[in-house]
Amino acid sequence: MKKIRIGSGAGYAGDRLEPALELMEHGNLNYICFEGLAERTIALAQKAKKANPEKGYNDLLLYRMEKVLPLAHKNKIKVITNMGAANPKKAMEEVAKLATTLGLKNLKVAAVLGDDISNKIQEYANETVIETGKPLSETNKDMFSANAYLGCEGIVEALSNKADIIITGRVADPSLFLAPMLYEFGWEKTNWEKMGKGTMIGHLLECAGQVTGGYFADPGIKEVPNLWNLGFPLVEVNEAGEGFITKLNHTGGMVTTATCTEQLLYEIHDPENYITPDCTADFSKVTFKELQKDIIEFSGASGKSATPTYKVSVGYLNGFIGEGQISYGGPNCIARAILAKEIVEKRLENLPFVISELRCDLIGINSLFDTGEMPKEINEVRLRVAGKTNTKEQAQFIANEVETLYTNGPYGGGATKKADEIISIASILVPKEDFEINVLYKTT
Amino acid sequence: MKLWEIAHVRTGDKGNISNVSVTVHDPKHFKMVSEKLTPEFIKQWFGEQVLGEVKRYNLPQLGALNFVMYDALGGGVTSSTALDKHGKTLGAYLLNIPF
Repeated sequence: MKKIRIGSGAGYAGDRLEPALELMEHGNLNYICFEGLAERTIALAQKAKKANPEKGYNDLLLYRMEKVLPLAHKNKIKVITNMGAANPKKAMEEVAKLATTLGLKNLKVAAVLGDDISNKIQEYANETVIETGKPLSETNKDMFSANAYLGCEGIVEALSNKADIIITGRVADPSLFLAPMLYEFGWEKTNWEKMGKGTMIGHLLECAGQVTGGYFADPGIKEVPNLWNLGFPLVEVNEAGEGFITKLNHTGGMVTTATCTEQLLYEIHDPENYITPDCTADFSKVTFKELQKDIIEFSGASGKSATPTYKVSVGYLNGFIGEGQISYGGPNCIARAILAKEIVEKRLENLPFVISELRCDLIGINSLFDTGEMPKEINEVRLRVAGKTNTKEQAQFIANEVETLYTNGPYGGGATKKADEIISIASILVPKEDFEINVLYKTT
Repeated sequence: MKLWEIAHVRTGDKGNISNVSVTVHDPKHFKMVSEKLTPEFIKQWFGEQVLGEVKRYNLPQLGALNFVMYDALGGGVTSSTALDKHGKTLGAYLLNIPF
């Protein structure tokens, strides 16, 4: 029975690179996928592209590809990534240029387009926002981006046309991994059971280190060996959709039924109905079995038909957050932090502008005096004040009120302040027939 | 005995919705954990953190429960004023539940 090996090269936009290179060197891979888009990352990328039309793809794309391309070429590994973010076309051109510079000949780079409907977002003003239940038009007037979570079809098309490196915009995370299974095994995209199985595999892999012991360790309770050197996962899957997940022996971390169970349910609501662009996956009967140390067999995933819509993330400007912090140390530090908090709260009352969701936190262990031992009693507290405002100046006002405690509050130090724009996301559902998926190519 | 001695947790977020999975280390504890950790119990345990409904999904073959908590993240990662905007550490606060 035909089988392929797919590795996971990144679990988020800024992830480590060397575990991906290790997998490409020693994992006997056919494919490696780099997932680099969170809910808001695409909106931030759209903003970067507006400021400079040459930008809008992942900041680390070329840094990664400089190391990834030679290995992909040498070991015949196809690379799939959504690091194209808001500008997959430019990303493709830059990667092709880099490949030429590196002397890599006959490398076919593809860009999958079609997720970006920013230009016609006003057509969907009456659609209901999933998060609020209200029409999109009521959300905010400052909408500036709209990207659909596409499924695997554009990537499958690129693979059919013999692309080696495939760069997409907003494609759903598990779809990156599902695409090679459709292409290699000839699965019909309406074979819902297979789509569900492949989606489950993609879901296990999409957060990279989170299934090999990352976001898991708890000293003395859930020990993870050599977490500092965490290896990324790979799956070997056959054309029936069966297989196992593992990692390289010489890397840190571990793959166990416990790490797999945690990742299976990560960011899942109803396990029987996990809606992706490709299918409605059913994870409710999944089981894991340890075949050997760090080799876990999966089975039992299934699926039902896909929905007729894509989820679209609409990015909009949603005001500002102002934040200030300052620390208090030694005996009676808590009382001084509380006094400081009360001063700030009092001074932020009755202002001529509105502050919403004002929040005062008390933080700390040993950032002020490190005696080399864990303190037996609380020896420092850091006050953090954060609130939302309509303008940047108002946000700075909050931050400044914390900073002025230096000379006007109880004795403390180490103040920091910042004021950031808030970019929020509203999600709507848009019929799939409203989209046209295009694939562009550039061969070196 | 505390929950951390018999089970482990992982937390995820989607918008303003948090989900926490609770998985027992040994299947023999699944019944006991399932009986105690009702959606009502979890909502009460989190208090003001979780403003909306709590739903529970059961995966007995994995010894796991998945709690989905609505209106639980102060608006979620894209707008919360909290330090941990994803609420990634929320699940840890279940670990002290006594049995």
